Amino acid sequence: MSDAPDYGQMWEDLGLNLRAHCALLDAIPKMYANAYLSQDNRPEGMKYFDFVLSEIHGLRIKELVDHQAAGGKIVGTFCLYVPEEIIRALGAQAVGLCAGAEWAYDEVERVLPRNTCALIKSFMGFKLGRVCPYVESADIVIGETTCDGKKKAYEIFGEMKNAYVMELPQMKRPEDRVLWRGEIDKLVAKLEELTGNTLTEENLAAAIREVNDKRRALQRLNAARKAAHVPISGKDALLAVQVAFYDDVPRFTQMVNAIADELEARIEHGEGVASADAPRVLVTGSPMAIPNWKVHDLIEKAGGVVVAEEMCTGSRYYDTLVAENAGSLEAQIDDIADKYLGINCACFTPNDGRVDDVLTLAKEHNADGILHYALQFCQPYQIEAYTVEQAAQAAGLPVLRVDTDYSMEDIGQLQTRIEAFLEMLQSESAA
Amino acid sequence: MRILGLDIGSRSVDALWLEDGRVIDAVVADSGFDPQAVARRFVERGAHDMVVTTGYGRHAGREAFGAQVVTEIKAYATGAAARFPDAAAVLDIGGQDTKVIALGPGGRVLDFEMNDKCAAGTGKFLEVMARALGYALDEFAEAAKAAPGAVAISSMCTVFAESEVTGLVHRGEERCRIARGLHESIAKRTLGSLRRVGAAGPLVFAGGVALNAAMVALIRDGFDGDVFVPDDAQLLGAYGAALSAHGI
Repeated sequence: MSDAPDYGQMWEDLGLNLRAHCALLDAIPKMYANAYLSQDNRPEGMKYFDFVLSEIHGLRIKELVDHQAAGGKIVGTFCLYVPEEIIRALGAQAVGLCAGAEWAYDEVERVLPRNTCALIKSFMGFKLGRVCPYVESADIVIGETTCDGKKKAYEIFGEMKNAYVMELPQMKRPEDRVLWRGEIDKLVAKLEELTGNTLTEENLAAAIREVNDKRRALQRLNAARKAAHVPISGKDALLAVQVAFYDDVPRFTQMVNAIADELEARIEHGEGVASADAPRVLVTGSPMAIPNWKVHDLIEKAGGVVVAEEMCTGSRYYDTLVAENAGSLEAQIDDIADKYLGINCACFTPNDGRVDDVLTLAKEHNADGILHYALQFCQPYQIEAYTVEQAAQAAGLPVLRVDTDYSMEDIGQLQTRIEAFLEMLQSESAA
Repeated sequence: MRILGLDIGSRSVDALWLEDGRVIDAVVADSGFDPQAVARRFVERGAHDMVVTTGYGRHAGREAFGAQVVTEIKAYATGAAARFPDAAAVLDIGGQDTKVIALGPGGRVLDFEMNDKCAAGTGKFLEVMARALGYALDEFAEAAKAAPGAVAISSMCTVFAESEVTGLVHRGEERCRIARGLHESIAKRTLGSLRRVGAAGPLVFAGGVALNAAMVALIRDGFDGDVFVPDDAQLLGAYGAALSAHGI
């Protein structure tokens, strides 16, 4: 990072713990180089993401701070269910917050039980350790009642930061939809008050189009992974979705479309990143926030290729769009409510839609097997793993269940299990 | 064509030389603090045309010796199926891993399960517990086998179980009954794993812990089907690795 511009003053102004932050910024490029730059034959367009990662707490934060200086607001989120369209329509920028690495666990464990999932411990650690410029720059953080761990942690988080929690129902009956629609109205009121802007049919229509375009670009990129000769690694595709949460929307869309062009050309030439007989794995489960590349890295270094992610940092993020040209503001908000309530997170019951999504995705991407990934202590996904496994096995797809966290202490066993799983998939396709 | 199969494990490095499918030599050595150096000694004998490594040190072996690499799961499955063609499942309790494998025709892996993070219920666990009770490893198994009954042990974690054992010793429980209880708790956990992967008999029980007569008796007792223990239980991984060589 030595030749990067100096952001020291900006970080200090944001109230970061500069020493700890420096240690964090030292660690990420090493992890990135090990997981990403070691790959062969990456799409040219991924250079954009190399740049984004090298400026993860630099240029993008500068853009956000400038946006604030010009009177705009920054809204931090931790979850897919918070409608980005509304945030953007009101002239604010949405950013996904840091939650993908172990940080300041000693401080976290004074506040949260040790057996809390890594994602929650991580966001709390980034806040307590004052090393995430996204959360520090945010004017407000929007939480949601997805799981019990997050719900209770937001109460504590709210003592340190301006936070607002949306109630997400846990079933999808008509009355739940009514509740959710009301929650979106309340969010609109909250954000109108924060930004001083009014939501209109015009500004919302523009935001819906922009965010849809972003999701369409990701759909294109991911559709390329259906090819027999996969033109992009799972790691790179995962990174694109991870970055989608906080990057500038129009620029991101343009860059991802450029990568999709390149991938489509690769498919025409039969050019790929993995050998044609590499076992194809679908990964499903808990979200993977930057810099959590652990499982993808193990799969791909062992000779497999990840062809799809059914997770919040995957298809759940880009698969569905908000209807365009609704005709009125009320109808637009209805469409937004429907789009978001349609996402199949394991916090819902029943959640058959997720099983269908997994099987459809596996079929479309010609997966040889499924890796079910759950963060330890993430009960919704750990428990739902059983249901996914039963359905996958009935469809003839072998499943490896991995429950893990952000530490590296289980890497030896995980590597053995993943390699053995790939060997198993290979012998099945040979048989 | 001579193939050297090397199982570079946490507690032992097992070497086996195969010539045209026939075992011509085999050695089990302590891993010590530098398992790669132990492995290198076998490679430096030069009595092979090709090396295949498995076990924890398998990848380091690839770099150091230009070896082919297979996982322990595949190595044990292949070794077990070659030694016992009827085998439908494999149990390997090694130094720090327990693996159960459901086998299909020809030694194909249908499903497997392995402990994820800690060494609960492995050879290491038994070593620590034997020491806590003041037994040598072979005495520990004999005492457990001959014990008139068992004290129930509730902890599977090596650290917690050690405290539990200390507590029991201080309460005046008989040493052999505690030993028996420890073996029973591992057997129970292992039989649970076998059920989860749907392992049917005959079962091949291998790995260092298969040398423990008390454990073998408990698995035989609790498993619904025949249990075979190869004479060279520690070498099954090295044998399977050698058999997995490709491009011969």
